[in-house]
Amino acid sequence: MEVQKGAEFGELRRSHRSFAFPLTIAFTAWYLLYVLLSNYAGGFMGTKLFGNINVALVFGVLQFVTTFAIAWLYSRHAAKKLDPKAEAIKSRMEAGA
Amino acid sequence: MSQHVSLAGPSEVLAASSEVSEHQPLILVLFGLFVLATLFITVWAGRQTKDAADFYAGGRQFTGFQNGLAISGDYMSAASFLGIAGAISLFGYDGFLYSIGFLVAWLVALLLVAEPLRNSGRFTMGDVLAYRMRQRPVRTAAGASTIVVSIFYLLAQMAGAGVLVALLLGITTDAGKIGVVALVGVLMIVYVTIGGMKGTTWVQMVKAVLLIGGTVLITFLILLKFGFNISDLLGAAAENSGQGAAFLEPGLKYGATATSKLDFISLGIALVLGTAGLPHILIRFYTVPTAKAARKSVNWAIGIIGAFYLMTIVLGFGAAALLSPDEITASNKAGNTAAPLAALEIGGGGESAGGAILLAVISAVAFATILAVVAGLTLASSSSFAHDIYANVIRRGQATEKEEVRAARWATVFIGIVSIALGALARDLNVAGLVALAFAVAASANLPTILYSLFWKRFTTQGALWSIYGGLTSSVLLVLFSPVVSGKPTSMFPDVDFHWFPLANPGIISIPLGFLLGWLGTVLSKEEPDQGKYAELEVRSLTGTGAH
Repeated sequence: MEVQKGAEFGELRRSHRSFAFPLTIAFTAWYLLYVLLSNYAGGFMGTKLFGNINVALVFGVLQFVTTFAIAWLYSRHAAKKLDPKAEAIKSRMEAGA
Repeated sequence: MSQHVSLAGPSEVLAASSEVSEHQPLILVLFGLFVLATLFITVWAGRQTKDAADFYAGGRQFTGFQNGLAISGDYMSAASFLGIAGAISLFGYDGFLYSIGFLVAWLVALLLVAEPLRNSGRFTMGDVLAYRMRQRPVRTAAGASTIVVSIFYLLAQMAGAGVLVALLLGITTDAGKIGVVALVGVLMIVYVTIGGMKGTTWVQMVKAVLLIGGTVLITFLILLKFGFNISDLLGAAAENSGQGAAFLEPGLKYGATATSKLDFISLGIALVLGTAGLPHILIRFYTVPTAKAARKSVNWAIGIIGAFYLMTIVLGFGAAALLSPDEITASNKAGNTAAPLAALEIGGGGESAGGAILLAVISAVAFATILAVVAGLTLASSSSFAHDIYANVIRRGQATEKEEVRAARWATVFIGIVSIALGALARDLNVAGLVALAFAVAASANLPTILYSLFWKRFTTQGALWSIYGGLTSSVLLVLFSPVVSGKPTSMFPDVDFHWFPLANPGIISIPLGFLLGWLGTVLSKEEPDQGKYAELEVRSLTGTGAH
C-alpha cells in the first residue's frame, strides 16, 4: 500500500484525527463536568436564574446545544476538508487498479 | 399481578388498571392496524430480499435520511420512551440528567466510528474487528460479545413488553402475560426471517414516525395547557410532586448517597461510550451506500433523538404536573405508565373520548417501539451468528451466500424462541437494569477493540482477544455480583443476597479495564502486527476504496 505512506493520504489522516480526537476529548470532558456538577455541586446547580429555570436545566439544555453544534461543525469540516481528499485518492486508486 | 404492580395498594392498582383497560377495544384496534401494516411491509420487503447483502444490509440502498429515521427507531426503546418520561415524572431533574448520556453518545459514533466502519466492514461488527487479525479467534470473540450484548438487551425488552402491554390491555393473568411475550417474539421472528434488514428497517422507520408524531402531539397539548410557559410547567410539576424546588434540581434519584453518585458516573460513562459499540446500531451503517451517507444518517439521528429527548422533558414534567405521584406509581412502580396516563389526562381524562383516543395512540406507539427494537436486536445477533461464527469460523469461509442466509434465518428462529422463553420466565423480575448492562458490555468489550483496530497501527490479535473477553467477562461478572441481581428489594432476585460489588453499573471499572487489556495484550504479544493489512484498512476506512 504505497498510498498509505504518501503525503496526500497523510494529510487526510491528519485532518481527520486532528479534528476528531481533540473534539472527542472536549465533549467527553464537558459531559463529565456536567455529571460531576450535578452530583457534587447541587447548590450551584439549583441556583434559580429566571422563574423556575435554574442553572441545572440550562446546563442540561446546553449539552443538547453543544451536541448539535459539534455534529454540525464536524460535518462541515468533513465536507470541506475530508471528502475532497478522500474522493481524489479513491478515484486515482480505482483508475490505477 | 407483577411484582411492580403488587407493591402499590390493591385498590389503587385496580383503579389505575381499570382506568386504562376500559379503552381496551380502541387500543387493540390500533395494535392490530400496526401489526397488519408492518406484516404487509415485511412481505413486500421479503420479495426483494435475494442475496446476503439484501438480508444483512437491506441492499445498502437506503438514503441517509431513511437510515437516520431507522437508527432513531432502533435506538429509542421503550426504556427511553416510557422509562425516561416516567423517571422525570417521579424524580424530576434526575430523569432528564439520565437522558442526556444517550444523546451525547452519538458524537462518538459520528466522529470516530460510523464512517470508517461503513467503509471497512461488510455485514457485522466482527468484519471490522477481524479485518487485520487472525480471523477465527477474533470472529468468535466478536460473535460472542455481539450475542451477549443483544440477548441482554432483548431480554429486558421482552420482559418489559410483557408487563407493559399486559398493563395497557388490562391483562392480569399469567397466561395472558406469557401470551403477550410470545406474540411479540413471534412477530419479531416473522419480521426478521421474512423481511431481513429491509423489512426491519422499514418497521423501524414507521415506528420512528409514529413515536415522533405521538410525542409531538402530547408535548403540544401539554404546552398548550401551560400557555407555552416552561417555567410555569416546571413550577406546577415541582409543586404537584410534593418535592418543591428539589424536584427541579439534581439529586432525587442519583444523589442519595456517595455510592449512588458514583453509580451515576459509572452509568454516564457506559452510556456515552456504549452506544458506538452496540452491534444492532453498528450494522445499521451498512444499509447506506457510502460513508458520507452514514455520516448523514448519524446527523439525522442526532437531530431526531435530541428533539425527542427535549420533548420528553415536557412529557415527564407534564405528567408530574397533571398527576399525583401516587397515580403515577399505582400501575407501575418505576413510572413506566406515566406517559400513557398523562396522555389520558391531557386528552380530557378517563371518561372523555379525547383521553381514550390519546391513550390508545400512545399505547400503540409503545407497542410499535418494542417491536421495532426487538427486531433490530434479533437481526444483529442472528447476523453475527451466521456471518461471524457459522460462515467464517465453523465453515472457514467456505459457505455459500445461500447457506449463510439460511443459517441466519434459522438463528433468528432459535434466538426468537430462546428470548420468548427467557422473557416469559423473567416477566416478574426487575430486568430494566439489563439495558444499562448492555451499554456497559458494549463499551467495555466492543468499543476499545473498534477504536484500536481503526486507529492503532500496532494493535494485535492478542490485544483484541484480551480486550473483548476481558471487557465482556469483567462487566458481566460485576453485574452478577451487583445489586442489580441480588440483595436489594429492586434486584432481579430480591430474596437472595450474594452481591459484593456496590454499583449497579460496572462501566467505571470494566471500560478502563477493556482499554487497558487491549493495550497490554498488544504490547505483550509476540506476533508482529500485519502492517500491510493495517495500511489497507486505513486507506479503505478513510477513503472508501474497495468498500462493499
